[in-house]
Amino acid sequence: MELMSGNEAIAQGAWEAGCTIGVAYPGTPSTETLEAFGRKEGVYAEWCVNEKVALEVGVGASAAGARVLATMKHVGVNVAADPLFTAAYTGVGGGLVILAADDPGMYSSQNEQDSHYYARAAAVPCLDPADSAEALRFAREAFDLSERFDVPVMLRSSVRISHTKTPVEPGERTERPLVPYEKNPAKWVMMPAFAKPRRAVQLERIDALSAWAEECPYNEVVRRGSDVGVVCAGAAYQHVAEGLPEASVFKLGLTWPLPAAALADFADSVERLYVVEEGSTYLADAVRACGIAVSEPPCPLPRAGELSPGLVRTAFGGAPLPHAPAAEGLPARPPALCPGCPHRLVFKELARMRAIVTGDIGCYTLGALPPLAAMDTTVDMGASVSMAHGFELALAGTEHRPVVAVIGDSTFAHSGLSSLISTVYNRGAGTVCVLDNRTTAMTGRQGNPFNGVTLQGRPSRELHIEAVVAAIGVEDVRTVDPNDAAAVRAALKEATATDDISVIVFRSPCVLLERKAGRPYWVNGSCTACGACATLGCPAIARDESGVASIDTGLCIGCGQCAQYCRFNAIVLE
Amino acid sequence: MEMTTKTVLLCGVGGQGTILAADLLAAACLAAGLDVKVSEIHGMAQRGGSVTTVVRMGGAVQSMVSDPGAADVVVAFETTEALRNLPQLAEGGTLIVNDMAIKPLPVLTGAASMPPRAREDLAAAGALLVPAAALARAAGNPKCANVVLVGALSATLGIPAEVWERVVAERVPAHTVEANLAALAAGRTFMDAGIGA
Repeated sequence: MELMSGNEAIAQGAWEAGCTIGVAYPGTPSTETLEAFGRKEGVYAEWCVNEKVALEVGVGASAAGARVLATMKHVGVNVAADPLFTAAYTGVGGGLVILAADDPGMYSSQNEQDSHYYARAAAVPCLDPADSAEALRFAREAFDLSERFDVPVMLRSSVRISHTKTPVEPGERTERPLVPYEKNPAKWVMMPAFAKPRRAVQLERIDALSAWAEECPYNEVVRRGSDVGVVCAGAAYQHVAEGLPEASVFKLGLTWPLPAAALADFADSVERLYVVEEGSTYLADAVRACGIAVSEPPCPLPRAGELSPGLVRTAFGGAPLPHAPAAEGLPARPPALCPGCPHRLVFKELARMRAIVTGDIGCYTLGALPPLAAMDTTVDMGASVSMAHGFELALAGTEHRPVVAVIGDSTFAHSGLSSLISTVYNRGAGTVCVLDNRTTAMTGRQGNPFNGVTLQGRPSRELHIEAVVAAIGVEDVRTVDPNDAAAVRAALKEATATDDISVIVFRSPCVLLERKAGRPYWVNGSCTACGACATLGCPAIARDESGVASIDTGLCIGCGQCAQYCRFNAIVLE
Repeated sequence: MEMTTKTVLLCGVGGQGTILAADLLAAACLAAGLDVKVSEIHGMAQRGGSVTTVVRMGGAVQSMVSDPGAADVVVAFETTEALRNLPQLAEGGTLIVNDMAIKPLPVLTGAASMPPRAREDLAAAGALLVPAAALARAAGNPKCANVVLVGALSATLGIPAEVWERVVAERVPAHTVEANLAALAAGRTFMDAGIGA
């Protein structure tokens, strides 16, 4: 026995199944899956620029006969939805398994969405492991399922499955030769003439999957009392098993398609049937669609966020456990940009110039929080650039504050680049800041095309942001050291003064990349308690009751950003 | 080892080593023949924000999360986070707190203030305040404060001391084994004395 997270277990299961190719774009809570897979013997794994590209690489490798694992977070499935829906027509060559890792509770995401809807809409079977042992088994057997029914298979996890370590018994790998590729346009060329027959194939497959669901080995009935019956899956199953120990449970390992007859039998065996799921009505709606009456718990379950045994118990009338009241007046502890973070001064200067800042997804989204508070919008990957164009269009001809997009290097490669091409093509205005910290920082410092680091350390080709941007027609491109306050201010001022699109590449490595600390700064007796340094939001800078600043030399890495904002020369090197 | 499911909640500030401590606890549980689940949060919260990790152990563990009033043991790596997580502690549960305060950004910038009587309030809640940094320094390496807290925790769960020693020795860098074992013992001794007192 060893402890594995759900993500590690999925990687192990895929490896045992003879999967040879892994593709992904990093995203919490899915990221470690492909990292763990890439560390195994006899596999190829790569970070792609985005989830759509990853899945398309995967569909190609599957068509050529390899077993393929594609992993992504829930919002990544939105990006990959285009190939997903049509790969559900073509089917597969070698088994193709797609991990969709949901984030109910939004620990590190911009929304919570339920990937089950994608499985149903695309008509691909969906497996829901409830712990790491199941994650390993389902991942391993999903490849057989994919080949048996000639369809991609979705493995749906959530943050509490992906990031919970539970005991597993790892097994051996079975090598799988390539399924021989033969040219077959009727299967792989999805133009109308061929897609129409494949649609019929898909409908027949749905019938076959529905029949198989009735005896699917991944569904399980746990018989306890006959008053309450609960249908659930994944992490919710664990909360139900603990919170309602008297209830009988229909534990779904296969959440699409549902076993309508087996569920009806189960419903008949209990007084009342309930569905318990996290932040969604997918399952309840799907069970009702089977013609089964679903009761509502006496107290409604939360409609958003995660569940717990206590939430399930109290929804069914149980008393909450006695506990101390929440302490009052505690200071919040939001996450913050690290000491020395190269993004900090860009946000400080954007706040100073009162720009309208369209933001994006990454560590730098923290620039939205006080005291920097220098971000107006964040929606999805790449949206900073396209939304800036939208702001410029709507505000054209009015007196308006400068519109500035901020986007990280990896996010720029993901989808910001296509947004920028569209802006340039349409002669859009505005300023785009690419915050190039040489890594994909938020998800744990992965490689991307603009740092030339690959998942398994293979040689790569580093793309040059300035050259790419110039090549698509941006004439005003400049490179600036984001740790130099005067240079940041001057660049932003000049770029926003023009009516043309401007791109500023702020390049300086993430402080977590090398973790090299320079000599720390300290505050001498000249501090006038003006508070300027504290507006940078650096965790190493504190003020006492009278406002006098001090620097925590244990946290300070000697970046010198703050010293540039002290008009009294009070921040100095030791 | 027979045990009804117990819940340990570790809380602190991103970067303090709660995840390593949880991994040591989980390994000790597994080595003692227990089922175990470790649930942690990655991503944005790690950038200096509040973090919690839940470890549940027993004969057969179901849910991987805790509820208010459900944690048999809360190990807080920081006093404000200890206060924040007080509602998680079960009635009669054990509260182990690193005697150390870290100011969050809103306090550093002057937008909020630290709780004025944190140590007193924690003592009133029955907390054992562990001078983990001082004990780690005395053990030979100030970076072993999280293992001091693991040592304090190890006194509460009925898992034999030698299991903990083996797990720590297997999981820390070779040149730090001695200091980590000393830190583990210091935490355990401190806790034993505190429970006895």
